[in-house]
This record gives sequence, C-alpha cells and structure tokens, in this order.
Amino acid sequence: MKEKLVLIGNGMAGVRTLEELLKLAPDAYDITVFGAEPHVNYNRILLSPVLAGEKTISDIVLNDREWYASNGITLHTGKKVVDVNRARREVIAEDGTIAPYDRLLIATGSTPFIIPVPGHELEGVIGFRDIQDVDTMLDAAKHGRHAVVIGGGLLGLEAANGLQIQGMDVTVVHLMDTLMERQLDPESGRMLQKSLEEKGLKFLMATQTEAILGKEHVEAVRFKDGPEIPADIVVMAAGIRPNIELGKKIGLHCERGIVVNDTMQTFDPRVYAVGECVQHRGMTYGLVAPLFEQAKVCANHLARYGIGRYAGSVTSTKLKVTGVDLFSAGDFVGDADSEEIVLKDASLGVYKKILLKENKIQGAVMYGDTVDGAWYFQLMRDGTDVSGFRDSLMFGQAHLGDSGHGGQNAAATMGDEMEVCGCNGVCKGEIVKAITTKGLFTIEEVRAHTKASASCGSCTGLVEQILASTVGDYSATPKKKALCGCCEYTHDEVRKGIVEHRLTSHQAVREFFEWETPDGCASCRPALNFYLLAAWPREFQDDPQSRFINERAHANIQKDGTYSVVPRMWGGITTPHELRAIADVADKYAVKTVKVTGGQRIDLFGIKKEDLPDVWADLNAAGMVSGHAYGKSLRTVKTCVGSEWCRFGTQDSTGLGIQLEQMTWGSWTPHKFKMAVSGCPRNCAEATIKDFGVVCVDSGYELHVGGNGGIHVRATDLLARVATEEEAKEYCGAFMQLYREEGHYLERTAPWIERVGLNYVRERIVDDGEGRKSLYQRFLESQAVFQYDPWAKEVAASDRRRAYFPIKQVG
Amino acid sequence: MSDWIEIGSLDEIPRQGARVVKTGSGNIGIFRTLDDEVFALRDHCPHKGGPLSQGIVHGARVTCPLHNWNIELATGQAVAPDEGCAARFETKVEGGTVYLQLSGD
Ligand code: SRM
Ligand SMILES: Cc1cc2nc3c(=O)[nH]c(=O)nc-3n(C[C@H](O)[C@H](O)[C@H](O)COP(=O)(O)OP(=O)(O)OC[C@H]3O[C@@H](n4cnc5c(N)ncnc54)[C@H](O)[C@@H]3O)c2cc1C
Ligand code: SF4
Ligand code: FES
Repeated sequence: MKEKLVLIGNGMAGVRTLEELLKLAPDAYDITVFGAEPHVNYNRILLSPVLAGEKTISDIVLNDREWYASNGITLHTGKKVVDVNRARREVIAEDGTIAPYDRLLIATGSTPFIIPVPGHELEGVIGFRDIQDVDTMLDAAKHGRHAVVIGGGLLGLEAANGLQIQGMDVTVVHLMDTLMERQLDPESGRMLQKSLEEKGLKFLMATQTEAILGKEHVEAVRFKDGPEIPADIVVMAAGIRPNIELGKKIGLHCERGIVVNDTMQTFDPRVYAVGECVQHRGMTYGLVAPLFEQAKVCANHLARYGIGRYAGSVTSTKLKVTGVDLFSAGDFVGDADSEEIVLKDASLGVYKKILLKENKIQGAVMYGDTVDGAWYFQLMRDGTDVSGFRDSLMFGQAHLGDSGHGGQNAAATMGDEMEVCGCNGVCKGEIVKAITTKGLFTIEEVRAHTKASASCGSCTGLVEQILASTVGDYSATPKKKALCGCCEYTHDEVRKGIVEHRLTSHQAVREFFEWETPDGCASCRPALNFYLLAAWPREFQDDPQSRFINERAHANIQKDGTYSVVPRMWGGITTPHELRAIADVADKYAVKTVKVTGGQRIDLFGIKKEDLPDVWADLNAAGMVSGHAYGKSLRTVKTCVGSEWCRFGTQDSTGLGIQLEQMTWGSWTPHKFKMAVSGCPRNCAEATIKDFGVVCVDSGYELHVGGNGGIHVRATDLLARVATEEEAKEYCGAFMQLYREEGHYLERTAPWIERVGLNYVRERIVDDGEGRKSLYQRFLESQAVFQYDPWAKEVAASDRRRAYFPIKQVG
Repeated sequence: MSDWIEIGSLDEIPRQGARVVKTGSGNIGIFRTLDDEVFALRDHCPHKGGPLSQGIVHGARVTCPLHNWNIELATGQAVAPDEGCAARFETKVEGGTVYLQLSGD
C-alpha cells in the first residue's frame, strides 16, 4: 500500500514541494492537502497587481482543481487544521475531518502582525496577506474614500499604491523616518518617498499610531502627537510573523519559526516543514525564492533520494509598483573594511550604491535604474572579484560590451510578436504563453521549455524581466552551480578532486563524486574528458565518445550533416603550392563552397564524412595539417604584415605569430583560444579582442589577455610589456597553461578573467617569475603529448578509417 | 515477422557511440550504449533533421549534435520539454552480430 502524505497549508511553498515531489516520485504517496483558504493554490506575490487592477484572480491561479485531481491529490479547501495527533499520526481539521499520515508536511506560511493598539479589532482593520484581504480592500475602495496604511515597507507600499489606483485617498504611516529602511539606505528611501508623493500618496513619517477609532467599523486613526485622520479602512503592514500556531500546539520545537534541519525535517522525523513558517539555521524568510529552494530539498527527501541540503539563502528585493524602479540586495550598510561606490543624479532620479569588500560585492541598492540589478546580484552570489572592471562597474553590464537589451521596462512594453531570443527565434508572446500555461517560475525552466536565452544567453536579462512581469519576481536564490544535472559538485570541486585524489578515468571521477547517472550526459562528459587530460596528459586515456562530434570527427559538422575542413595556415601565411593543393581537393571532392574565414585561412564546405580521411591525406601530402577549427583548443593566430613590409611596422608580427602558432597548436583548452599579433598600435590583426594578443611597439611587445569578439565583445586587459620574442612566448605559454589548469570547461578567457580577476592573473604570471616558468614548463610538457596532427593519425590508422563509413548499405 | 537484416559485428559499433546504415530511404543510426544495448533510430532529429548518429550517447539517450535535443533511444521520443519523435526500428544481437528489422513502427 502506498504511504500517506498530508500537507497542511495549500500555499506557495507547500504546493511547490508537491510539484517537485511529483517530478521525482509520482507514485510514492497518497497525498491529501488541507488549506484554510477557500481557494486553490495561487500566486500570492501577484496580489499586489490584482489590487492595482493590473491582473485578475484567475490570472494568478497556479494550480487549478484539475491539477489536484489529475495527480490524485485529495484537496480540502476552506478547512483549517486545528490539531495533529502525532502518536496516532492523524491530522484533524476544524470541521472534524480526520486524515491519517505516514509523513506530514507543514507549510502554514505567515500571519500579518497586527499592532495591538486600541481599536485593532474593529471591522475594516486588516492585514495584506490573502485574497480575502484584497477583496476587503477593493470593497472599501468602492464605498469609502480614506485609507490608512500602517507600515512603509514593501507590502505597505504595494498596498498603498493599489488602494490609490483604486481611487482612494491614501496615507502611509511609518515609524521610521525613511521608507523601507530594511532594504534601502536613507538616500534611496527619500527618493522613493518623493516619487510616491508625486504619484499622490501622503506620508506621515516617524509617526506612531495611538488608537484606531470607531464604533463597529473603523472611522479614524489617531497618532501619538495629536493629529487624527479619517479612515474607511486600515491596512496593517507592520511585518509578518511565521505562523507557528499549529506547530507549537502539537509540540514541535519552535523558536521564531518551526525549527528544521538542512533536510527540512522538524524535530519529529516524520514531520517536515517548508516556507515562511520555518526557521532554518536561525533564519526565517519572507520571499519565495528561498522557499522554492527549500521545496526542492524537501521533495528530494520525501522522495527518499536522500540528497540535497538546504544551506540558507541570500535574497534580493524589488518593489512591484509600476513606474517605480527599485532593487536591493545584500548588505548595504557596511563596516570599517567595506568601500562604497555611489552614483547619484537627483534630477534624473537615479541613485545607485554598491558596497564592496575585498573587491567583492556585498550589497547593492538601486533606484531609478535597475537594469543591472540582476547582474550585480549574480556577481554578489558568485563572489566574483570585480577589480578588473571596477572602474566601469557602476555603468553596468551593457558597458562591458553586452550586446543585449537596455531600458528597465523593456519587457513590459514589448509587443507579443517582438523577438526576444535572436538565436532561437523566440518572441515575447511564446515566452509568456509557456510561462502561464506550463506554470514556469525560473529562468532555467523558461529556457528548457522555450529555448529562449538557451544559446548565446545575451537575452537572459530580458527573459528574466518577462518572467518577472508575468509571474512576479523570483530572483533565483544563490546556489553553487553544479557542473551539470548529474552531480552536486562544482567545476572547481571536480577539478580539484581529480588532481588531489589522483582520479585518472571518467569512471573514477563519477564514482568518487557520486554521479547520479551511470555514464553522465552530453554536458559533463566533454568537461570531464578535458579536465582529465589537462590534469593527466600522460596517464589519461582520451575518450573520443565523450567528445562533441566536431572533435571526434576532426571537422565541423554542418546543418545538413556534412562537414567542413580547415587546414592550418600558420599566421595566415600561405603559398601557391598550398593554394593549389586546396584547389585540387576542392575539385576532387566536389567541395560546394570555398570560403576565406574570419581567422585568416580557408574553409572547405560540404564534405561527406566518408571522404574526410581522403581529403586529409591529400592535404597532408601537400604539407598541411589540421587547423583545429572544430576544437576547444588553439584556433588561429591572426597576424598583420608587420615590419617586413608595412611602413609603420615596429616588429616582425607575422614571424612572431607563426612562432606562437607553432608552439601552441594542438593544445586543448577549456574553450577555444584565439591569438593575434599586430605590428604596431594600429592593430590591424585585432589583437585586443583575442584571448591572447600581442601589440608590437618600438620597445618590444605589449601582451594583452582576455579579449573576446563574439557574443559579448570584450577588449583585452594589458597583462605586461616585454622586450623579447622569447619572453612573449614564455608569457603566452604560461597564460595558456594557467587557463587550462583553472578555467571551467566552456568558459572563455574573458569570463574566466572576470571571475578570477586580472590581479590574480598578474600575480601568477607577471609578479611570480618562478611560477610563470613552471607554468610554461608544464605547458611544454603537455604539448609534447598533444601536439600532433590528428588528421595524419587518423589517415595512418587504417582500422580507424572504417569508422567514417556506413557500417552497411541496404537496398 | 522475421526479415532480420545482418548489420555487422557488435564490435564495430563503439560503446557510447553509433554507426550508420545507409538505406534507399535515408540513414538509420545504430546506437550502442555503455552496457551494450543496441538501438536503431532514423538518423534524422525531430527538431531540424540533425544526424543523431553523430551525437553523444549517454544512458539510453543520445544528444543531437546540432542543437542538443535529447532523444530516448528506446522510443525515439524527444526528452521533455522538447517534443517530437524519430522513427525507431527493432534490433537484436545474437552471437556478437547485430540485426536490424527494417519495417519501422
Ligand atoms: C568559419 C568561421 C566564419 C567565417 O566563415 O569566417 C566561423 C564559423 C563558426 N564559428 Fe565563429 N567562425 C569564424 C571566426 C570567428 C570569429 C573571428 C575571429 O576568430 O577572428 C569570431 C569572433 C572572435 C572571437 O571568437 O572572440 C567568432 C565567434 C564565434 C562564437 C562566439 C564566441 C564567443 O566567445 O562569444 C561562436 C560560438 C561558440 O564558439 O560557442 C562561434 C562558432 C562558430 C561555429 C563553430 C558554429 C558551430 O558551432 O558550428 C562556426 C563553424 C562553421 C564551420 O563549420 O567552419 N564563432 N568566430 C570563422 C572561422 C575562423 C577560423 O579560421 O577558424
Ligand atoms: C501582497 C504580497 C506581495 C508579495 N510580494 C512578493 C514578491 O514580490 N516577491 C517575493 O519573493 N515574495 C513576495 N511575497 C511573499 C510570498 O508571497 C510568500 O513568501 C510566500 O507566499 C510564502 O509561501 P508559504 O507557502 O510559506 O505561505 P503561504 O503562501 O502564505 O501559504 C500558507 C497557506 O497555509 C494556510 N494555512 C495556514 N495555517 C493553516 C492551517 N492550520 N490549516 C490549513 N491551512 C493553513 C494559509 O491559509 C495559506 O494559504 C508577497 C506576499 C504578499 C502577501
Ligand atoms: S558562422 Fe558564426 S556568425 Fe555565421 S552563422 Fe555560424 S556561428 Fe553565426
Ligand atoms: S536538429 Fe537535432 S537538436 Fe536541432
């Protein structure tokens, strides 16, 4: 017989846990749900837009009755649970309904804190928590004129805004002298107040409520130092308290909330709790993102997978008042060791403050221009060292060359047919539809269902905005990014483990890190293959089946399943003999297109897989080798003509480019690696958008790193100036090796440097001469293993050649 | 039905890999998993026709090399949230030899 699971609290955290559980183990339990409200599970966050008339109740339903039915869930709405007999394992509702359980999940949320001033029990004094409260407010707006909102925090302001839009005359009473003091510093708090005043709200700051007056229904509110104002409704938004009434009554250990461990278990091992009612490691939460994290972990344990720990969350806040842009995250007060960067333009109504500690973002407050909120939050969660771009940090991500969107309300004002994701051709309407019909909440889910932002990612910010404007704001909570869905460990943890525990095979890594799949997936297999060969160039047996087809077939797959072939042209230099050989190959194998690439060489398109070995053999015969145009490896070294011909050339840029290419070709790197050498600062070889670029100057060579053309254009940082070609080569090898040893798979040097900081790279390569030499040495050692022409090797291995042909021809 | 066609020896298909059978009506990918199960699918991704045989095989799935859809080898169904299906064919392995039945379902 199936075990029984009972959920108390039909709200966002509880039902989310059920959804996660059904994904993992659809048949594990007979599920019963009790909810005190008469409604199905709805999106509480969106009560504010409902109050403001921007959405209707039916817009915000998350799970309709059919969902409960089709998942075999027994739903009791409008039934408050009043007791639990833990000895007999029974839940008892107000109306006498009894439900037995094997496991119990408590998700009773919070209750608004009603300040116990005289008169607080009058009719018309309410909190702002549920549909009923919204109905009461809408009703008051129809019949009355005056509203008083007590509390100038997030909820209070959203309530005040809504009531005002409904035509009421609204006064917000706040105990402190600036608004939202828990999320905003005084400066931005005052700016917020000003713009809300412009919208017509009134404020009584630093004011304490003394009494609420009226006979049966509220009529007025009186304050400490005298004044009295009329009120047809009073909304108490002075904070929330975890709803532990039931938890306490049934003897669970409670402090401020129901105390749970990292697996969301209460002190009674059969009883779990999630959501605002819990206290975890001393913290309680009042935003959904952390609750969803809890839900995931809890579901995992209910499903008996027994993995996943909840480790607490960092949260960020936005105010959902149309026309007011506000973002805040983390610590914005700081201490003696922290530094502030502040930007203020009062007439534009823009204020931004970023708090840094040891070059990492600790917190941010933004008012008026919040486009980069998500970006700062990401940098903060990832603990990114920002020293490399600190000077432009304030100006946001767009300033760093993000080719994405701009404009804070871009998403809200976009038409449905406007394209959001250029890579996958997804327009806004499709995204909104997927979000509403499939009940999506996170950027990852939207990505999986619509493919929007799944490719180059430059539209991620826009998709997040659409998500926020459709379902409310759920910035995902910080979590360490696992290498892929097959394991719980990060790239760094896996890389370190491979070296420290001498793991030299795929199997060994998967066993050590307890992979959840027998042989990984298409994301982790290529990553592991790279990490293993970078760590153990000699011991590790390369696994072609773990490589992407291009690296397996040593050519680039095309949309029609044919391949393209690019031979190396050292430093962009070719000869009539090579060109003739290329022309012959093009004729002989009926090549459809011959194209000069952006990397200064020639690409032959439309070659059938079975012809590849013959094409290679012909090119080899003319002295040419693979150009690795297909590899996460050294691609090209672009050069300009340099001192040999050019009237401005200061050094032999072509010659140095060829030397660099000869030194580095064949090496495997986390992502592709491109170089260029320009003969003078006119920089015709575009060295300053390359992973490693050299700009020759009269006195020697400027070495630049971390550049990127492509999706996010990033100009290089200057690493060092050196005097000789030998030094340039040593720095180049050392830099490539550092990146090989420490970059994450599929992370190019540009994001890598932004993650670790230019200072770190300078310390390792420039300041530490010994360290540089040993990096260079390790680079050359691994080149002794990897620098060979894969084409020649495949051509020579006659037994391998068959793999390029069909195994059989039928009919 | 017993129109089994002999394809070749199991050893000629790499573990966690695939080979192609050419037919008059397009290619068929013959896949071999880590634990030596053999599956056959029309070598044509339900997304935009990518050659599935060239993808990475993991578990009983293959990831299309063009845009990373995941396809169940046993059914040809795309893994949710993607939707679509590649035709599948019966296979069997006897004495180290792989056989294929062409009447797809
Ligand atoms: C052939 C070529 C276009 C051309 O006809 O000129 C090309 C073709 C492709 N590029 Fe490129 N890129 C080519 C030069 C470039 C350049 C220019 C350059 O290198 O100076 C750039 C911008 C510079 C840069 O990389 O920083 C460039 C930025 C990209 C990107 C974006 C990379 C990024 O970090 O944002 C991708 C996508 C990726 O690698 O993930 C990409 C990916 C691709 C792929 C591999 C797409 C794919 O996965 O199939 C294309 C392969 C076509 C093929 O079969 O050959 N290609 N690509 C160029 C080959 C150069 C060569 O000789 O090897
Ligand atoms: C107006 C408003 C705006 C908000 N805006 C945001 C925002 O922008 N971003 C954000 O992240 N968060 C926001 N929040 C907070 C967010 O809604 C909550 O964090 C979230 O809903 C908490 O989920 P929960 O499941 O813990 O509690 P709830 O969703 O409150 O669910 C608890 C449920 O349990 C029921 N219940 C309680 N006791 C019993 C009992 N004994 N028997 C049966 N049922 C019981 C309650 O009736 C309730 O339905 C907002 C909240 C409000 C009210
Ligand atoms: S060659 Fe590069 S820019 Fe052109 S379509 Fe392909 S990936 Fe895009
Ligand atoms: S063709 Fe297979 S994923 Fe696009």
